[in-house]
Amino acid sequence: MTQLCPTTTYFVYNALLSAVFAKNIGRFAASVAFEVVLLSAPRLKIENLFCERDERILFDQLCFDVEAGEVVQIEGQNGSGKTTLLRILSGLSRNFEGEIYWQGEPVQECAESFRESLLYFGHQPGVKAVLTPEENLRWYASMHPTIDLSKLDYALARVGLTGYEDAPCHTLSAGQNRRVSLARLYLSSAPLWILDEPFTAIDKRGVAEKEALIEEHAAQGGTVILTTHHELAIGDRIRRINLDQLMGTS
Amino acid sequence: MSNIVTKQAEQKLQSGAVKVDGPFWGALKRDLLLSYRRKSDLVNPLIFFLMVATLFPLGVSPEPQFLADVAPGVVWVAALLATLLSMDSLFRSDFEDGTLEQLLLSPQPLFMVVLAKVLAHWMLTGLPLTLLAPLLGVMLFLPGEGMFGLVLSLLLGTPTLSLVGAIGAALTVGLRKGGVLISLLVLPLYIPVLIFGTASIQAAITGLPLGGYLALLGAMLALGLVMAPLAISAALRISVSG
Amino acid sequence: MADKKWMPRWFYQLASPRWCYDITGKLLPIFAVAAVLLLVTGTVWALMFAPADYQQGNSFRIIYIHVPSAILAQSCYMMMAVAGAIGLIWKMKVADMVAKSCAPIGATIAILALATGAIWGKPTWGSWWVWDARLTSMLILLFLYFGVMALNSAIESEQTAAQATAVLALVGLVNIPIIKYSVDWWNTLHQPATFTLTEKPAMPPEMWIPLLVMVIGFYCFFAVAMMLRLRNEIVRRERRSSWVRELISG
Repeated sequence: MTQLCPTTTYFVYNALLSAVFAKNIGRFAASVAFEVVLLSAPRLKIENLFCERDERILFDQLCFDVEAGEVVQIEGQNGSGKTTLLRILSGLSRNFEGEIYWQGEPVQECAESFRESLLYFGHQPGVKAVLTPEENLRWYASMHPTIDLSKLDYALARVGLTGYEDAPCHTLSAGQNRRVSLARLYLSSAPLWILDEPFTAIDKRGVAEKEALIEEHAAQGGTVILTTHHELAIGDRIRRINLDQLMGTS
Repeated sequence: MSNIVTKQAEQKLQSGAVKVDGPFWGALKRDLLLSYRRKSDLVNPLIFFLMVATLFPLGVSPEPQFLADVAPGVVWVAALLATLLSMDSLFRSDFEDGTLEQLLLSPQPLFMVVLAKVLAHWMLTGLPLTLLAPLLGVMLFLPGEGMFGLVLSLLLGTPTLSLVGAIGAALTVGLRKGGVLISLLVLPLYIPVLIFGTASIQAAITGLPLGGYLALLGAMLALGLVMAPLAISAALRISVSG
Repeated sequence: MADKKWMPRWFYQLASPRWCYDITGKLLPIFAVAAVLLLVTGTVWALMFAPADYQQGNSFRIIYIHVPSAILAQSCYMMMAVAGAIGLIWKMKVADMVAKSCAPIGATIAILALATGAIWGKPTWGSWWVWDARLTSMLILLFLYFGVMALNSAIESEQTAAQATAVLALVGLVNIPIIKYSVDWWNTLHQPATFTLTEKPAMPPEMWIPLLVMVIGFYCFFAVAMMLRLRNEIVRRERRSSWVRELISG
């Protein structure tokens, strides 16, 4: 509840502002009602998700909610459908049945605002080999308005790529390429992060830094859904969802 | 003096650091930059274009009268195949390094991004092909009066080829053996452009007005500009989803 | 799922493979009998009783196969595209199966139209193949069918294959009129005033009534072939569901 407070005050403030400017009580009431609905609905709600791949049912009747300020780690063996689940949640994969709600709205009806709120880190880092780290991030910024390019130097420094700004990415190592992509975490203001194995090929120090970043993001009311084989050192904020167990019980 | 200039340039660079391109320019600039860094991709379709045109005198007959007769068709078929050859790479490298996923997850309208990518593709293949075509025309003894029609018809027709080809590229991007399949899907759809492209050259040679043919090519381009990006976007979402 | 409310009941029922399997089971014998009756009547009428053409003699009689197959090949493509669109928009599995079943039938019938055209061409034009506008359009239609079939078999995931094929079929559908118009135009440019197979100024009723019977007979035959393939496809895809298991064991 304590986490909700800053967001609540923000919404109330917002609603008051709109009331003052609109000078319209009806609209004020409507806006309060709207925001109350938004607050009461979970960030992301997954309902009765069913997905099969190659004639194998990956998950059936999968339901869970993700709230603001939560870190959700999806666990499971290889082939249990972790990546598939993240791809479905991000909207990349549409081969599923069931409903996904983003802030109370079906995700296909608010696709644009959902994508605006999303930062996705997939198996492939999404880095062009012949472009430099800076060019890659600039392109990403042109596609995603939530990216704040004024922090570019800071972000590259944080992922340890200072001095590599002008080197084409194919001259960098695999880990460095993934760091280029991870630099987006420092630039983005998107509330929802979906990270698929973000720590692969990242050294220990890098992992610790990213863990701190994820924790900070969650503390500020952000939401993180990720898969990783690392033992995450993120306090009590983390929630684990094990796909193997879910399938075992159902 | 020079110091001040560099300082100004530096300031300009720094202020530019915050400037963000829109989706259309961002995608267009990136694709142009990519092929600038990898020039061989740029030159290959052009060489192919020349080679195909060379095969005809060697394979059939080097006689000027015969070549002049078939020149419009040969140039158009060669342009068509060269476009097709370059089509497969349009989305494939983006698919393989994961940038296509990021593109599809962008809140920006996919229509514009796709249009920008196709425009970049045309600027890198269709436009150079059009500019190179008069050279082929000379090699194939195309009468001088036909040159104008050749260039204009290619100028209006090749963007349509890029647009329609991109649908095939988007449908096959997730497949390992997309290259052959793409020709199978796209070639039948190229036929109207081929027919009116060669017809406008023939009209130009015989001195008939070619406005009508060019208008038809333009109409096809207009239709393609409106419809193809929709089909490409849908096809990309389907291919990445699978 | 909410957007299905406005649809009539039968449309909703069509979405159920089981209902479709049952209803096609009932319709199948009706269409089969109709197809046999119409085709036999039409063939006998066309070959024995219809008058010979005053210019082409008896060789014109092949139009009783050529024309129905040409019409059917085109309608079949249209049906494939429409079914694909329904599958794409409402995620209806049965529509995908219909679209998939259409392609090979349509291709076969297009080949039949081309073969009969060639057989007719030999006595009339003196060569097996002439670049006649209709034959050329039919050839291109066959290429479109090949494209659809090749794409469908190249994609492993059934759902993705169905969706991708639907997009291609729709693109083809938009293009068919353009192709047809441009080929007709091209033909008048290169081959002014030759015989065409079907453009008769006025066909007497003794000639066109058997043709009509044949056309309807062909449609019935198509319905039978389609339903057989569709039922096959339904059983194949639903083989793990309880009702198919009962059907097979019982």
